[in-house]
Amino acid sequence: MSTSTERSWTVRLRNRAVGALPPEKLLPDGQPTYVASWIYVFGVLSLSALAMLILSGTILAIKGPTWWHVSSIGHFFNSIHLWSVELFFFFMVVHLWGKYWMAAWRGGRKGVWMTGAVTFLVAVPCALTGYVSQQNFDAQWISTQAKDAMNSVGIGGFFNLMNFGQMYSWHIFLLPIAVTALVIAHVLLVRKHGVVPPFELEDKLQAARRGAGGEAGS
Amino acid sequence: MRAGRYRRDDEAARVWKGGYRPYDLVKEASIAFGVVLALAVVLTILFSSPDEQSSTIKSWSRTDPVDFVTTAVNELNGTSDLAGYGPPYNHNSDGQHIAFLYPQKWLGVNIAINPAEDLVLAPLRTINGNPALQAAVALYKAAPAKLQTAWTTAYSDALAKAKVGAGGTITLPPGRYGPVPIMMNGLLSFAQSGGLDGALLTNKQFYQTDYTKALLYMADGGVLANRAQAEHLSGDQWGMMNETGSYPGQVWLWLYTLWYQIKPFSTSDNADVLVMALMGALSLAFVLVPFIPGVRSLPRHIPIYKLIWREHYRSHSPASASVEHMPPPAVSPGGPAP
Repeated sequence: MSTSTERSWTVRLRNRAVGALPPEKLLPDGQPTYVASWIYVFGVLSLSALAMLILSGTILAIKGPTWWHVSSIGHFFNSIHLWSVELFFFFMVVHLWGKYWMAAWRGGRKGVWMTGAVTFLVAVPCALTGYVSQQNFDAQWISTQAKDAMNSVGIGGFFNLMNFGQMYSWHIFLLPIAVTALVIAHVLLVRKHGVVPPFELEDKLQAARRGAGGEAGS
Repeated sequence: MRAGRYRRDDEAARVWKGGYRPYDLVKEASIAFGVVLALAVVLTILFSSPDEQSSTIKSWSRTDPVDFVTTAVNELNGTSDLAGYGPPYNHNSDGQHIAFLYPQKWLGVNIAINPAEDLVLAPLRTINGNPALQAAVALYKAAPAKLQTAWTTAYSDALAKAKVGAGGTITLPPGRYGPVPIMMNGLLSFAQSGGLDGALLTNKQFYQTDYTKALLYMADGGVLANRAQAEHLSGDQWGMMNETGSYPGQVWLWLYTLWYQIKPFSTSDNADVLVMALMGALSLAFVLVPFIPGVRSLPRHIPIYKLIWREHYRSHSPASASVEHMPPPAVSPGGPAP
Protein backbone atom coordinates (compact mmCIF):
# COMPACT_ATOMS: atom_id res chain seq x y z
CA MET A 1 0.00 0.00 0.00
CA SER A 2 1.38 3.40 -0.94
CA THR A 3 2.13 5.99 1.69
CA SER A 4 -0.48 8.35 0.28
CA THR A 5 -3.13 5.62 0.56
CA GLU A 6 -2.10 4.84 4.13
CA ARG A 7 -2.50 8.52 4.99
CA SER A 8 -5.93 8.75 3.41
CA TRP A 9 -8.57 9.54 6.01
CA THR A 10 -11.11 7.69 3.88
CA VAL A 11 -9.02 4.51 3.78
CA ARG A 12 -8.36 4.68 7.50
CA LEU A 13 -12.07 5.12 8.25
CA ARG A 14 -12.97 2.22 5.93
CA ASN A 15 -10.35 -0.08 7.41
CA ARG A 16 -11.47 0.76 10.90
CA ALA A 17 -15.17 0.24 10.08
CA VAL A 18 -14.59 -3.06 8.30
CA GLY A 19 -12.25 -4.21 11.07
CA ALA A 20 -14.85 -3.53 13.75
CA LEU A 21 -17.83 -4.80 11.77
CA PRO A 22 -16.95 -7.08 8.85
CA PRO A 23 -19.95 -7.99 6.65
CA GLU A 24 -20.28 -11.42 8.31
CA LYS A 25 -20.78 -9.72 11.66
CA LEU A 26 -23.01 -6.96 10.34
CA LEU A 27 -25.39 -9.36 8.58
CA PRO A 28 -24.78 -12.73 10.22
CA ASP A 29 -26.24 -15.99 8.91
CA GLY A 30 -25.62 -17.82 12.17
CA GLN A 31 -26.86 -17.30 15.71
CA PRO A 32 -25.53 -18.79 18.98
CA THR A 33 -27.64 -21.79 19.98
CA TYR A 34 -28.73 -20.16 23.25
CA VAL A 35 -30.70 -17.52 21.36
CA ALA A 36 -33.85 -19.60 21.57
CA SER A 37 -36.58 -17.72 23.45
CA TRP A 38 -39.54 -15.52 22.55
CA ILE A 39 -37.97 -12.71 24.57
CA TYR A 40 -35.46 -12.19 21.78
CA VAL A 41 -38.12 -11.10 19.28
CA PHE A 42 -38.93 -7.90 21.21
CA GLY A 43 -35.79 -6.18 19.99
CA VAL A 44 -36.66 -6.62 16.33
CA LEU A 45 -40.32 -5.85 17.08
CA SER A 46 -39.21 -2.53 18.63
CA LEU A 47 -37.23 -1.78 15.47
CA SER A 48 -40.22 -2.67 13.31
CA ALA A 49 -42.52 -0.40 15.33
CA LEU A 50 -39.97 2.41 14.94
CA ALA A 51 -39.98 1.83 11.17
CA MET A 52 -43.79 2.01 11.22
CA LEU A 53 -43.62 5.26 13.19
CA ILE A 54 -41.22 6.80 10.69
CA LEU A 55 -43.29 5.67 7.69
CA SER A 56 -46.65 6.83 9.07
CA GLY A 57 -45.05 10.02 10.41
CA THR A 58 -43.54 10.74 7.00
CA ILE A 59 -46.95 10.44 5.34
CA LEU A 60 -48.45 12.79 7.96
CA ALA A 61 -45.55 15.23 7.50
CA ILE A 62 -45.92 15.25 3.71
CA LYS A 63 -49.54 16.34 3.99
CA GLY A 64 -48.99 18.78 6.88
CA PRO A 65 -50.22 19.03 10.48
CA THR A 66 -53.88 19.87 9.80
CA TRP A 67 -54.57 17.17 7.18
CA TRP A 68 -55.49 14.41 9.60
CA HIS A 69 -58.17 16.57 11.25
CA VAL A 70 -60.11 17.04 8.02
CA SER A 71 -59.46 13.83 6.08
CA SER A 72 -60.56 10.29 6.90
CA ILE A 73 -57.42 8.94 5.19
CA GLY A 74 -55.35 11.35 7.24
CA HIS A 75 -57.11 10.22 10.41
CA PHE A 76 -56.35 6.60 9.46
CA PHE A 77 -52.63 7.35 9.19
CA ASN A 78 -52.73 9.32 12.43
CA SER A 79 -54.26 6.26 14.11
CA ILE A 80 -51.52 4.05 12.61
CA HIS A 81 -48.98 6.51 14.02
CA LEU A 82 -50.63 6.46 17.46
CA TRP A 83 -50.80 2.66 17.69
CA SER A 84 -47.27 2.33 16.36
CA VAL A 85 -45.98 4.48 19.22
CA GLU A 86 -47.98 2.46 21.74
CA LEU A 87 -46.50 -0.76 20.27
CA PHE A 88 -43.02 0.78 20.13
CA PHE A 89 -43.00 1.57 23.83
CA PHE A 90 -44.60 -1.75 24.76
CA PHE A 91 -42.04 -3.77 22.80
CA MET A 92 -39.20 -1.60 24.04
CA VAL A 93 -40.19 -1.99 27.70
CA VAL A 94 -40.47 -5.79 27.39
CA HIS A 95 -37.13 -5.83 25.54
CA LEU A 96 -35.48 -3.75 28.28
CA TRP A 97 -36.84 -5.93 31.08
CA GLY A 98 -35.72 -9.05 29.21
CA LYS A 99 -32.23 -7.64 28.78
CA TYR A 100 -32.12 -6.63 32.44
CA TRP A 101 -32.86 -10.17 33.61
CA MET A 102 -30.19 -11.48 31.23
CA ALA A 103 -27.72 -8.91 32.66
CA ALA A 104 -27.05 -8.14 29.00
CA TRP A 105 -24.29 -5.64 29.83
CA ARG A 106 -21.88 -8.46 30.72
CA GLY A 107 -18.82 -9.22 28.65
CA GLY A 108 -18.03 -5.68 27.52
CA ARG A 109 -21.60 -4.84 26.52
CA LYS A 110 -22.19 -1.88 28.84
CA GLY A 111 -22.48 0.42 25.81
CA VAL A 112 -25.23 -1.76 24.40
CA TRP A 113 -27.31 -1.34 27.57
CA MET A 114 -26.58 2.37 27.86
CA THR A 115 -27.53 3.22 24.26
CA GLY A 116 -30.74 1.23 24.71
CA ALA A 117 -31.60 3.02 27.94
CA VAL A 118 -30.86 6.46 26.47
CA THR A 119 -33.00 5.58 23.44
CA PHE A 120 -35.94 4.95 25.78
CA LEU A 121 -35.34 8.24 27.60
CA VAL A 122 -35.09 10.25 24.35
CA ALA A 123 -38.19 8.51 22.96
CA VAL A 124 -40.24 9.92 25.87
CA PRO A 125 -39.90 13.63 24.85
CA CYS A 126 -40.18 12.53 21.21
CA ALA A 127 -43.64 11.17 22.00
CA LEU A 128 -44.51 14.14 24.25
CA THR A 129 -43.75 16.64 21.47
CA GLY A 130 -46.06 14.60 19.24
CA TYR A 131 -48.87 14.79 21.77
CA VAL A 132 -48.53 18.59 22.07
CA SER A 133 -48.34 19.00 18.27
CA GLN A 134 -51.75 17.40 17.67
CA GLN A 135 -53.62 20.75 17.47
CA ASN A 136 -56.58 19.45 19.45
CA PHE A 137 -57.78 19.50 23.06
CA ASP A 138 -55.27 16.85 24.15
CA ALA A 139 -52.46 19.08 22.90
CA GLN A 140 -53.88 22.10 24.74
CA TRP A 141 -54.26 20.26 28.01
CA ILE A 142 -51.00 18.33 27.95
CA SER A 143 -48.93 21.38 26.97
CA THR A 144 -50.41 23.64 29.65
CA GLN A 145 -49.96 20.94 32.30
CA ALA A 146 -46.49 19.75 31.32
CA LYS A 147 -45.11 23.28 30.99
CA ASP A 148 -44.81 23.52 34.80
CA ALA A 149 -42.37 20.61 34.93
CA MET A 150 -40.27 22.14 32.14
CA ASN A 151 -40.37 25.59 33.74
CA SER A 152 -39.49 24.24 37.20
CA VAL A 153 -36.08 23.06 35.99
CA GLY A 154 -35.52 26.15 33.88
CA ILE A 155 -35.86 24.70 30.38
CA GLY A 156 -39.41 25.90 29.67
CA GLY A 157 -38.10 29.14 28.20
CA PHE A 158 -36.06 27.23 25.62
CA PHE A 159 -38.32 24.21 25.12
CA ASN A 160 -41.76 25.80 25.08
CA LEU A 161 -44.49 23.16 24.90
CA MET A 162 -47.08 25.81 23.93
CA ASN A 163 -45.11 26.91 20.88
CA PHE A 164 -46.56 24.66 18.19
CA GLY A 165 -43.93 25.57 15.59
CA GLN A 166 -41.07 24.70 17.91
CA MET A 167 -42.65 21.45 19.12
CA TYR A 168 -43.50 20.33 15.59
CA SER A 169 -39.87 20.84 14.55
CA TRP A 170 -38.64 18.83 17.51
CA HIS A 171 -41.20 16.10 16.89
CA ILE A 172 -40.77 15.52 13.17
CA PHE A 173 -37.04 16.19 12.87
CA LEU A 174 -34.74 16.70 15.85
CA LEU A 175 -35.93 13.99 18.24
CA PRO A 176 -36.63 11.31 15.59
CA ILE A 177 -33.10 11.90 14.27
CA ALA A 178 -31.77 11.45 17.81
CA VAL A 179 -33.82 8.27 18.42
CA THR A 180 -32.83 6.81 15.05
CA ALA A 181 -29.14 7.60 15.58
CA LEU A 182 -29.22 6.00 19.02
CA VAL A 183 -30.98 2.91 17.67
CA ILE A 184 -28.40 2.58 14.88
CA ALA A 185 -25.57 2.85 17.43
CA HIS A 186 -27.33 0.31 19.65
CA VAL A 187 -27.81 -2.21 16.83
CA LEU A 188 -24.23 -1.80 15.58
CA LEU A 189 -22.96 -2.42 19.12
CA VAL A 190 -25.11 -5.56 19.33
CA ARG A 191 -23.71 -6.77 16.02
CA LYS A 192 -20.17 -5.98 17.16
CA HIS A 193 -20.34 -7.68 20.55
CA GLY A 194 -22.93 -10.35 19.79
CA VAL A 195 -25.86 -11.43 21.94
CA VAL A 196 -24.89 -11.88 25.59
CA PRO A 197 -24.26 -15.56 26.48
CA PRO A 198 -26.16 -17.24 29.32
CA PHE A 199 -24.95 -17.28 32.91
CA GLU A 200 -22.86 -20.32 33.69
CA LEU A 201 -24.89 -22.53 36.01
CA GLU A 202 -23.60 -23.08 39.54
CA ASP A 203 -23.24 -26.86 39.15
CA LYS A 204 -21.30 -26.35 35.94
CA LEU A 205 -19.03 -23.80 37.60
CA GLN A 206 -18.46 -26.15 40.54
CA ALA A 207 -17.77 -29.07 38.19
CA ALA A 208 -15.28 -26.90 36.31
CA ARG A 209 -13.60 -25.92 39.58
CA ARG A 210 -13.45 -29.57 40.72
CA GLY A 211 -11.98 -30.53 37.36
CA ALA A 212 -9.39 -27.78 37.61
CA GLY A 213 -8.59 -28.89 41.19
CA GLY A 214 -8.21 -32.53 40.06
CA GLU A 215 -5.90 -31.60 37.22
CA ALA A 216 -3.83 -29.46 39.53
CA GLY A 217 -3.58 -32.34 42.02
CA SER A 218 -2.63 -34.95 39.44
CA MET B 1 -17.00 -12.10 47.23
CA ARG B 2 -20.04 -10.90 45.27
CA ALA B 3 -17.89 -8.45 43.28
CA GLY B 4 -15.62 -11.35 42.42
CA ARG B 5 -18.55 -13.40 41.18
CA TYR B 6 -19.81 -10.49 39.12
CA ARG B 7 -16.36 -10.17 37.54
CA ARG B 8 -16.34 -13.90 36.76
CA ASP B 9 -19.77 -13.67 35.14
CA ASP B 10 -18.67 -10.58 33.25
CA GLU B 11 -15.53 -12.21 31.95
CA ALA B 12 -17.28 -15.50 31.08
CA ALA B 13 -19.74 -13.60 28.85
CA ARG B 14 -17.06 -12.13 26.58
CA VAL B 15 -16.59 -15.10 24.26
CA TRP B 16 -19.13 -17.71 23.22
CA LYS B 17 -17.31 -20.95 22.49
CA GLY B 18 -20.40 -23.03 21.92
CA GLY B 19 -22.41 -23.85 18.86
CA TYR B 20 -24.26 -21.80 16.27
CA ARG B 21 -27.42 -22.45 14.32
CA PRO B 22 -28.56 -21.06 10.97
CA TYR B 23 -30.22 -17.67 11.21
CA ASP B 24 -31.80 -15.40 8.58
CA LEU B 25 -31.71 -11.86 9.97
CA VAL B 26 -33.39 -10.21 6.97
CA LYS B 27 -36.22 -12.77 6.97
CA GLU B 28 -36.77 -12.29 10.70
CA ALA B 29 -36.88 -8.49 10.34
CA SER B 30 -39.32 -8.74 7.41
CA ILE B 31 -41.68 -11.02 9.33
CA ALA B 32 -41.47 -8.76 12.41
CA PHE B 33 -42.34 -5.71 10.31
CA GLY B 34 -45.29 -7.56 8.80
CA VAL B 35 -46.55 -8.52 12.26
CA VAL B 36 -46.27 -4.93 13.57
CA LEU B 37 -47.94 -3.54 10.44
CA ALA B 38 -50.82 -5.99 10.87
CA LEU B 39 -51.15 -5.16 14.58
CA ALA B 40 -51.17 -1.40 13.92
CA VAL B 41 -53.78 -1.74 11.17
CA VAL B 42 -56.02 -3.98 13.30
CA LEU B 43 -55.77 -1.62 16.29
CA THR B 44 -56.52 1.33 14.00
CA ILE B 45 -59.60 -0.36 12.52
CA LEU B 46 -60.84 -1.38 15.98
CA PHE B 47 -60.05 1.75 17.99
CA SER B 48 -59.08 4.64 15.63
CA SER B 49 -57.55 7.61 17.54
CA PRO B 50 -58.93 10.50 19.59
CA ASP B 51 -59.32 13.99 18.15
CA GLU B 52 -61.35 16.21 20.46
CA GLN B 53 -61.71 19.65 18.96
CA SER B 54 -59.59 22.28 20.68
CA SER B 55 -61.12 24.97 22.85
CA THR B 56 -60.97 28.57 21.65
CA ILE B 57 -61.28 31.85 23.50
CA LYS B 58 -64.27 32.52 21.24
CA SER B 59 -66.10 29.38 22.40
CA TRP B 60 -65.04 29.92 26.02
CA SER B 61 -66.29 33.52 26.14
CA ARG B 62 -69.58 32.49 24.57
CA THR B 63 -70.31 29.46 26.75
CA ASP B 64 -69.00 30.88 30.05
CA PRO B 65 -68.70 34.67 29.77
CA VAL B 66 -68.45 35.18 33.55
CA ASP B 67 -65.46 32.85 33.83
CA PHE B 68 -63.84 34.58 30.86
CA VAL B 69 -64.32 38.07 32.33
CA THR B 70 -63.21 36.91 35.80
CA THR B 71 -60.00 35.61 34.24
CA ALA B 72 -59.53 38.83 32.27
CA VAL B 73 -59.90 41.00 35.39
CA ASN B 74 -57.42 38.79 37.23
CA GLU B 75 -54.95 39.27 34.38
CA LEU B 76 -55.58 43.02 34.49
CA ASN B 77 -55.08 43.47 38.23
CA GLY B 78 -52.19 41.02 38.53
CA THR B 79 -53.88 38.34 40.65
CA SER B 80 -53.92 35.53 38.06
CA ASP B 81 -51.68 32.47 38.25
CA LEU B 82 -49.73 33.76 35.27
CA ALA B 83 -49.19 37.17 36.87
CA GLY B 84 -47.53 35.56 39.89
CA TYR B 85 -45.85 32.71 38.00
CA GLY B 86 -42.27 33.94 37.80
CA PRO B 87 -39.75 32.71 35.21
CA PRO B 88 -39.83 32.18 32.28
CA TYR B 89 -42.76 34.61 31.95
CA ASN B 90 -42.05 37.35 34.53
CA HIS B 91 -40.07 38.25 37.63
CA ASN B 92 -43.03 38.23 40.03
CA SER B 93 -41.78 35.18 41.95
CA ASP B 94 -38.69 33.01 42.15
CA GLY B 95 -40.53 29.93 40.93
CA GLN B 96 -39.96 26.44 42.31
CA HIS B 97 -36.84 25.35 44.13
CA ILE B 98 -35.10 22.53 45.97
CA ALA B 99 -33.31 23.83 49.06
CA PHE B 100 -30.87 26.43 47.70
CA LEU B 101 -31.30 25.35 44.07
CA TYR B 102 -33.44 27.76 42.01
CA PRO B 103 -33.11 26.54 38.40
CA GLN B 104 -36.32 28.26 37.34
CA LYS B 105 -35.01 31.60 38.58
CA TRP B 106 -31.46 31.03 37.36
CA LEU B 107 -32.46 30.31 33.77
CA GLY B 108 -34.36 33.60 33.72
CA VAL B 109 -37.28 35.21 31.88
CA ASN B 110 -37.13 34.10 28.24
CA ILE B 111 -40.80 34.41 27.27
CA ALA B 112 -41.66 37.77 28.82
CA ILE B 113 -45.40 38.22 29.29
CA ASN B 114 -47.05 41.13 31.07
CA PRO B 115 -50.58 39.75 31.58
CA ALA B 116 -52.31 43.12 31.99
CA GLU B 117 -50.62 44.66 28.97
CA ASP B 118 -50.30 41.64 26.67
CA LEU B 119 -53.57 39.82 27.40
CA VAL B 120 -55.97 42.72 28.07
CA LEU B 121 -54.83 46.26 27.27
CA ALA B 122 -52.96 45.61 24.00
CA PRO B 123 -55.84 43.56 22.49
CA LEU B 124 -58.30 46.31 23.54
CA ARG B 125 -56.21 48.91 21.70
CA THR B 126 -56.55 46.94 18.46
CA ILE B 127 -60.36 47.44 18.45
CA ASN B 128 -61.25 50.23 16.03
CA GLY B 129 -64.41 52.33 15.82
CA ASN B 130 -65.15 52.44 19.52
CA PRO B 131 -63.98 55.80 20.95
CA ALA B 132 -65.67 55.18 24.31
CA LEU B 133 -63.69 51.98 24.74
CA GLN B 134 -60.39 53.62 23.84
CA ALA B 135 -61.19 56.48 26.22
CA ALA B 136 -61.84 53.91 28.99
CA VAL B 137 -58.50 52.24 28.32
CA ALA B 138 -56.73 55.61 28.39
CA LEU B 139 -58.49 56.54 31.64
CA TYR B 140 -57.50 53.26 33.24
CA LYS B 141 -53.88 53.57 32.16
CA ALA B 142 -53.68 57.16 33.46
CA ALA B 143 -55.13 56.29 36.87
CA PRO B 144 -52.87 55.69 39.90
CA ALA B 145 -52.17 52.02 40.68
CA LYS B 146 -54.17 52.22 43.93
CA LEU B 147 -57.26 53.44 42.09
CA GLN B 148 -56.84 50.81 39.38
CA THR B 149 -56.78 48.12 42.08
CA ALA B 150 -59.87 49.59 43.78
CA TRP B 151 -61.82 49.50 40.48
CA THR B 152 -60.77 45.99 39.49
CA THR B 153 -61.29 44.57 43.00
CA ALA B 154 -64.80 46.01 43.23
CA TYR B 155 -65.59 44.71 39.74
CA SER B 156 -64.12 41.30 40.50
CA ASP B 157 -66.15 41.01 43.72
CA ALA B 158 -69.31 42.01 41.90
CA LEU B 159 -68.84 39.29 39.26
CA ALA B 160 -70.32 36.82 41.76
CA LYS B 161 -73.64 38.63 41.19
CA ALA B 162 -73.24 38.98 37.43
CA LYS B 163 -76.22 38.24 35.21
CA VAL B 164 -75.72 36.80 31.76
CA GLY B 165 -77.90 38.27 29.04
CA ALA B 166 -79.34 36.48 26.03
CA GLY B 167 -76.50 37.55 23.74
CA GLY B 168 -73.80 36.39 26.15
CA THR B 169 -73.40 39.88 27.65
CA ILE B 170 -73.01 40.31 31.39
CA THR B 171 -74.47 42.95 33.69
CA LEU B 172 -73.36 43.78 37.22
CA PRO B 173 -75.05 45.65 40.08
CA PRO B 174 -74.12 49.36 40.17
CA GLY B 175 -70.75 50.03 41.80
CA ARG B 176 -67.56 52.08 41.76
CA TYR B 177 -65.84 50.21 38.93
CA GLY B 178 -64.44 53.20 37.01
CA PRO B 179 -63.80 52.38 33.32
CA VAL B 180 -63.45 48.63 33.98
CA PRO B 181 -67.01 47.60 32.86
CA ILE B 182 -66.58 49.34 29.49
CA MET B 183 -63.19 47.65 29.06
CA MET B 184 -64.43 44.19 30.06
CA ASN B 185 -67.58 44.40 27.92
CA GLY B 186 -65.40 45.51 25.02
CA LEU B 187 -63.00 42.61 25.59
CA LEU B 188 -65.86 40.14 25.98
CA SER B 189 -67.44 41.28 22.74
CA PHE B 190 -64.05 41.10 20.99
CA ALA B 191 -63.47 37.58 22.34
CA GLN B 192 -66.96 36.39 21.36
CA SER B 193 -66.35 37.55 17.80
CA GLY B 194 -63.11 35.51 17.64
CA GLY B 195 -60.92 38.61 17.50
CA LEU B 196 -59.04 37.89 20.72
CA ASP B 197 -57.92 34.44 19.50
CA GLY B 198 -56.16 36.18 16.63
CA ALA B 199 -54.93 39.16 18.65
CA LEU B 200 -53.11 36.91 21.13
CA LEU B 201 -51.27 35.16 18.32
CA THR B 202 -50.17 38.33 16.62
CA ASN B 203 -46.64 39.59 16.82
CA LYS B 204 -44.55 41.29 14.16
CA GLN B 205 -44.81 38.35 11.77
CA PHE B 206 -47.62 37.47 9.39
CA TYR B 207 -47.20 33.71 9.94
CA GLN B 208 -47.86 32.49 13.47
CA THR B 209 -47.09 29.25 15.28
CA ASP B 210 -46.77 30.30 18.92
CA TYR B 211 -49.89 29.76 21.05
CA THR B 212 -48.26 30.54 24.40
CA LYS B 213 -50.32 33.63 25.29
CA ALA B 214 -53.68 32.17 24.28
CA LEU B 215 -53.01 28.89 26.08
CA LEU B 216 -51.81 30.60 29.26
CA TYR B 217 -54.91 32.79 29.17
CA MET B 218 -57.21 29.76 28.89
CA ALA B 219 -55.20 27.84 31.51
CA ASP B 220 -55.85 30.67 33.99
CA GLY B 221 -59.60 30.23 33.47
CA GLY B 222 -61.74 27.16 33.86
CA VAL B 223 -62.27 26.29 30.21
CA LEU B 224 -59.50 23.69 29.91
CA ALA B 225 -59.69 22.40 33.48
CA ASN B 226 -63.44 21.75 33.31
CA ARG B 227 -63.10 19.73 30.11
CA ALA B 228 -60.09 17.90 31.51
CA GLN B 229 -61.97 16.95 34.68
CA ALA B 230 -64.79 15.51 32.59
CA GLU B 231 -62.26 13.62 30.45
CA HIS B 232 -60.38 12.18 33.49
CA LEU B 233 -57.28 14.22 32.66
CA SER B 234 -56.73 16.34 35.77
CA GLY B 235 -53.66 16.02 37.93
CA ASP B 236 -55.28 13.84 40.60
CA GLN B 237 -56.58 11.56 37.83
CA TRP B 238 -53.08 10.70 36.59
CA GLY B 239 -53.07 13.91 34.60
CA MET B 240 -51.25 14.24 31.35
CA MET B 241 -50.38 10.55 31.12
CA ASN B 242 -53.96 10.03 29.95
CA GLU B 243 -55.64 11.27 26.83
CA THR B 244 -59.26 11.91 25.92
CA GLY B 245 -61.47 8.88 25.52
CA SER B 246 -60.51 5.36 26.56
CA TYR B 247 -57.08 5.36 24.96
CA PRO B 248 -53.90 4.23 26.68
CA GLY B 249 -52.22 7.64 26.38
CA GLN B 250 -48.62 8.06 27.43
CA VAL B 251 -48.53 5.03 29.75
CA TRP B 252 -44.73 5.14 29.74
CA LEU B 253 -45.06 8.24 31.95
CA TRP B 254 -46.71 6.20 34.72
CA LEU B 255 -43.78 6.50 37.13
CA TYR B 256 -43.47 10.24 36.51
CA THR B 257 -47.20 10.74 37.10
CA LEU B 258 -47.23 8.41 40.12
CA TRP B 259 -45.20 10.80 42.27
CA TYR B 260 -47.82 13.54 41.89
CA GLN B 261 -50.38 11.24 43.54
CA ILE B 262 -48.43 10.68 46.77
CA LYS B 263 -46.96 12.78 49.58
CA PRO B 264 -44.79 14.79 49.89
CA PHE B 265 -45.11 15.61 46.18
CA SER B 266 -48.92 15.84 46.15
CA THR B 267 -48.90 18.55 48.82
CA SER B 268 -45.70 20.42 47.96
CA ASP B 269 -45.54 23.85 46.29
CA ASN B 270 -42.35 22.60 44.63
CA ALA B 271 -43.83 19.33 43.37
CA ASP B 272 -42.71 19.78 39.75
CA VAL B 273 -39.06 20.42 40.46
CA LEU B 274 -39.00 17.65 43.09
CA VAL B 275 -40.52 15.12 40.67
CA MET B 276 -38.22 16.22 37.84
CA ALA B 277 -35.16 15.89 40.09
CA LEU B 278 -36.25 12.46 41.29
CA MET B 279 -36.96 11.26 37.76
CA GLY B 280 -33.65 12.70 36.59
CA ALA B 281 -31.82 10.71 39.27
CA LEU B 282 -33.78 7.54 38.46
CA SER B 283 -33.13 8.00 34.73
CA LEU B 284 -29.40 8.36 35.37
CA ALA B 285 -29.46 5.21 37.50
CA PHE B 286 -31.34 3.41 34.71
CA VAL B 287 -28.62 4.27 32.19
CA LEU B 288 -25.87 3.35 34.67
CA VAL B 289 -27.36 0.00 35.78
CA PRO B 290 -24.23 -1.93 34.64
CA PHE B 291 -22.13 0.09 37.10
CA ILE B 292 -24.38 -0.05 40.18
CA PRO B 293 -23.39 -2.85 42.60
CA GLY B 294 -26.37 -4.86 43.75
CA VAL B 295 -28.63 -3.70 40.91
CA ARG B 296 -26.29 -5.18 38.30
CA SER B 297 -26.02 -8.47 40.23
CA LEU B 298 -29.73 -8.94 40.91
CA PRO B 299 -30.41 -10.88 37.66
CA ARG B 300 -27.92 -13.53 38.85
CA HIS B 301 -29.84 -14.04 42.11
CA ILE B 302 -33.37 -14.10 40.68
CA PRO B 303 -33.43 -17.06 38.29
CA ILE B 304 -35.58 -15.58 35.53
CA TYR B 305 -32.56 -16.27 33.32
CA LYS B 306 -33.15 -20.01 33.81
CA LEU B 307 -36.54 -19.55 32.17
CA ILE B 308 -35.13 -17.49 29.30
CA TRP B 309 -32.30 -19.92 28.59
CA ARG B 310 -34.08 -23.14 29.61
CA GLU B 311 -33.41 -24.76 26.21
CA HIS B 312 -29.74 -23.96 26.51
CA TYR B 313 -29.44 -25.31 30.05
CA ARG B 314 -31.39 -28.46 29.09
CA SER B 315 -29.04 -29.24 26.21
CA HIS B 316 -25.84 -28.07 27.90
CA SER B 317 -25.50 -30.18 31.02
CA PRO B 318 -22.03 -30.09 32.66
CA ALA B 319 -21.25 -33.38 30.93
CA SER B 320 -22.13 -32.17 27.45
CA ALA B 321 -20.78 -28.63 27.30
CA SER B 322 -19.88 -27.02 23.97
CA VAL B 323 -22.08 -29.15 21.75
CA GLU B 324 -21.75 -27.69 18.30
CA HIS B 325 -24.71 -28.01 15.92
CA MET B 326 -22.93 -26.29 13.06
CA PRO B 327 -19.61 -24.62 12.51
CA PRO B 328 -19.46 -20.98 13.63
CA PRO B 329 -19.65 -18.32 10.89
CA ALA B 330 -16.38 -17.09 9.38
CA VAL B 331 -16.47 -14.30 11.96
CA SER B 332 -18.79 -15.32 14.77
CA PRO B 333 -21.38 -12.72 15.82
CA GLY B 334 -20.63 -13.58 19.39
CA GLY B 335 -16.93 -13.17 18.93
CA PRO B 336 -14.56 -11.60 21.39
CA ALA B 337 -15.24 -8.07 22.47
CA PRO B 338 -12.39 -5.67 22.07
